[in-house]
Amino acid sequence: MSAPAFDPLLISVAAPLAVALAIALGLPKRWAVKLAYAGFAVPALMALGVWWQFGSAAKETHGYAFLSRYSTGLDQFGIGLKLGLNGISLPLFVLAGLVGFAAGLYAIQSKAERMKTYLLLLLAMHAGLMGTFASVDVFFFYFFHEMALIPTFIMVGIWGGRDRTYAAMMMTIYLTLGATLSLVGLIAIYAKSGASSFDLMVLRDTLASRPLGEVTQEHIFGLLLFGFGILVSLWPFHSWAPLGYGAAPSSAAMLHAGVLKKFGLYGLLQIALPLLPLGAAHWSHTLAVVAAVGNVLAIGLVTMAQRDLKQMVGYSSVMHMGYAFLGIAAGSVLGAGGVVMLMVAHGLSVALLFLLSTSIYHRTRTFDMEKMGGLAQHAPVLAGLFVAATFASAGLPGFANFWGELPIFVALWNFSHVLTVTALTGTVISAIYGLRAAARVFFGPQSTAFAQVAAANPPSDIGWGEKLPALVLIATLLFVGIWPKSFSAAINRALTNTPAAMVASR
Amino acid sequence: MAAGNPWSAIWPEISLGCLALLLLVLETVLPRAAHGRIPLVSIAGQLGILVALAFNFDAPQRAAFNGLLMLSPHGQLMRAFFLISSILVSVLARHSLSWQRVPRVEFHHVVLVVAAAMMLLVESRNFVMLFVALETVTVGLYILVSYYRSNPKTLEAGLKYLVMGALSSALLLFGIVLLYGVSGSPGLAGRTGEAMQYAGLAGFLEANPNNFLAAAGIVLVLSGVAFKIGAFPFQIWIPDVYQGAPTPVTALLAVASKAAGFGVLLILVTEVFAPYAWLVGPVLTIMAAATILFGNLAALKQNNVKRLIGLSGVSHAGFILLAVVSAAREPMAIGAVYFYLYAYLIASFAVFGVMTVLAGPDDTEQELGDYAGLARESPFLAGVLACGLGSLAGIPPFAGFVAKLFVFVAAFKAGHFGLIAVAVAGVVISIYYYFGWIRMAYFDDEAAVSPKTAERARAGAGLTLGVALAALTLGSVVLGFYQGPLWSWVFGR
Repeated sequence: MSAPAFDPLLISVAAPLAVALAIALGLPKRWAVKLAYAGFAVPALMALGVWWQFGSAAKETHGYAFLSRYSTGLDQFGIGLKLGLNGISLPLFVLAGLVGFAAGLYAIQSKAERMKTYLLLLLAMHAGLMGTFASVDVFFFYFFHEMALIPTFIMVGIWGGRDRTYAAMMMTIYLTLGATLSLVGLIAIYAKSGASSFDLMVLRDTLASRPLGEVTQEHIFGLLLFGFGILVSLWPFHSWAPLGYGAAPSSAAMLHAGVLKKFGLYGLLQIALPLLPLGAAHWSHTLAVVAAVGNVLAIGLVTMAQRDLKQMVGYSSVMHMGYAFLGIAAGSVLGAGGVVMLMVAHGLSVALLFLLSTSIYHRTRTFDMEKMGGLAQHAPVLAGLFVAATFASAGLPGFANFWGELPIFVALWNFSHVLTVTALTGTVISAIYGLRAAARVFFGPQSTAFAQVAAANPPSDIGWGEKLPALVLIATLLFVGIWPKSFSAAINRALTNTPAAMVASR
Repeated sequence: MAAGNPWSAIWPEISLGCLALLLLVLETVLPRAAHGRIPLVSIAGQLGILVALAFNFDAPQRAAFNGLLMLSPHGQLMRAFFLISSILVSVLARHSLSWQRVPRVEFHHVVLVVAAAMMLLVESRNFVMLFVALETVTVGLYILVSYYRSNPKTLEAGLKYLVMGALSSALLLFGIVLLYGVSGSPGLAGRTGEAMQYAGLAGFLEANPNNFLAAAGIVLVLSGVAFKIGAFPFQIWIPDVYQGAPTPVTALLAVASKAAGFGVLLILVTEVFAPYAWLVGPVLTIMAAATILFGNLAALKQNNVKRLIGLSGVSHAGFILLAVVSAAREPMAIGAVYFYLYAYLIASFAVFGVMTVLAGPDDTEQELGDYAGLARESPFLAGVLACGLGSLAGIPPFAGFVAKLFVFVAAFKAGHFGLIAVAVAGVVISIYYYFGWIRMAYFDDEAAVSPKTAERARAGAGLTLGVALAALTLGSVVLGFYQGPLWSWVFGR
């Protein structure tokens, strides 16, 4: 199991990193852009290949495939670069590959200032993302997450829009607090389990035979819940998200909101739930109420009140994270499976929305929806894509989001009727703000402000540079929406195979 | 007894001393035009000693000079630490001194002597030896701190360091005397005439775990050491002295002097004062918590980068103290202390290097605002600065993250949950000022770049310093990804 000759997971981490290094060492710009295509495309291809082969790949312990391990000299502490995928990480790995590819393409055509540095940071972030979901070792899981997080701050600070310095500092402090708390929680598991290993498989084996005491589990789960919760914008620790996304350059927002933010949910599902089932049971009611009332209802209403398009997308992502928390709180295989599907679907749709809102901005010169209107006459394809993205985000059948939300609601019904009704109200809210945004931006009469902008330089429809990444995202959303089994089979197997402790505690 | 003394055991210290003398001889012998090359001789000589040390690294543990000194794997590690520090200080000094009208060669001479004395300090197992080595270090530092003597701030710093240093030496000496006196008193069990020897004192403390005078002595000795590492409440001298001292000397104080203090503290806590864990544990616990909080909170509002780095250094001392406290219950914490020191050395010198380049002639007035737009003028210096500060802030993929992780793991295993909570708060606060500094260098691109910054950034670091900075940055990243070799040294195989 040490190191296979061809390791697709290692390649998808190393390829963007190698290109980033080459750019850092002073590659000329022409070559930098060409190599960057490869740096973004290789992980996407590897992810698709891995997804294709996952069903037939040899399953080793705990349903992991493509396992490999590289020593970093800390074997004594049970730390090593161990890569592998199970049914929970596979969908996210594919998500990271595809969204990374789309964000990379969009960045290359964006004509940003200081393009080389921009690509360098984006590639480093991408490498971190691929590594996060491919790591079986908890130490490297955290390590890669931070490696992806730091470029985000810098990109917001340099290429961000309004209030970028303030937004960058706020994001930095909030997210560092969340990350540090979760790190302490992870160390607590490591130290208390007695396994002296950060290897998730070893931890699972150890804790399955010798679970931690109930009080210890409650404390550690609480730490992880708050730490990861801050990273996933759990209400009331969400205020960094709309501000940060509002200021972030589009590709960074796509990667962070689409992929990196899923780190916290993934950590709860992959690490906290199976290892600390009693802790999860203790916190589930609190979590469910906060997520339903705070994230879904309160933030849903706030989202409806937004005039700024990008802020609206930012708030809507906070709201949809509420569904994911509800699925985790419901604590059944069905709910957890729904969360994984929702993570993938939301990642794709929110990345698409950020991409399209930046494309809209380039045509209207504003994010203020009151100053738009009638853009569909100039850009019918953009309008079509945006409406499709809103449908997906609202959870219409046919898109992947539907298969995320439906199982969560079903699972939640068994948990609490009242909260299910609250959450269902949320879907109505998200349909309202989504469709109203589409109507304000694309249809109806032109506002006077937009009429002036359109007269000065008439907006064109989107070109291939913007269309291609958008099509990649929307095609995947439809593909998963029509054939959910492409992911759900693997997810199901992984969730039902987890140590009996998780299910037995229900 | 002279025949039995293994002089060869302390060859690195002796070579450093000889090199120091050689520099003075060269200055009198060589024509004035060739004096500029003498610092290079110093750097080359130190590199030679470092290589020789690397080849003789696996020396066995043994006592020398009738137990005055103890040669150990950790001693070797600290020897290498002080050598690397003094090499880097010499490299920085070559750049910094070129702006000043002061004698050059003597500076390098004193740095070598201080480095040799620091080596003896952490090897000593006898209080007289400890005190002599410590005074050699301190007297050398008195000279170095006030070296740019035309600057009033530097003179003020020199005076403050002299007064505070004398006070701390007095506390330490008083503590030693108390311990020596009480352990010789006839009425007590296990009394000994060999109390200057660590082993002798340890035996006495073992037999009398609740003696009031011994406890007072221990607290005084700890206070003396706390001055050196800048732990709360003995950190008061740090901002002024760090600001006034020449930047290379600030680096020497921040890194090497602090490490020497921790080397001594670790030995005292684990080997000598172990029977008084009931006293040492709580004292150091409170000290660690207060040090982390004070350092970080005080650094928040600093505009002078030397004061900022000094106060952030106080918080790092708090983190290392956390590991020292844990060492009483968890042996792995000892390795964590040494790993942290190395990660701190690599990151700090990168930052001090950039500071030296940008300081130019006005060494004491380095404001945060001077860093505005650095990334545009010199991407190299800005990159080195960002990596160094990132490592100090404890962010992956830099060595500082792994160091903090080890400290957390050690503290967890030792059960210091309250201190971990304080440390987490400290990490989050520290992000604010470290990123504020990075932000200054990278984000504020519309702000006018001050002409002196632009000029100095364009002039660059020069070959020697440039290579050193690149190596430090690379080392910080490599150690973040692949910790194996250093860890096996610090922890013992």
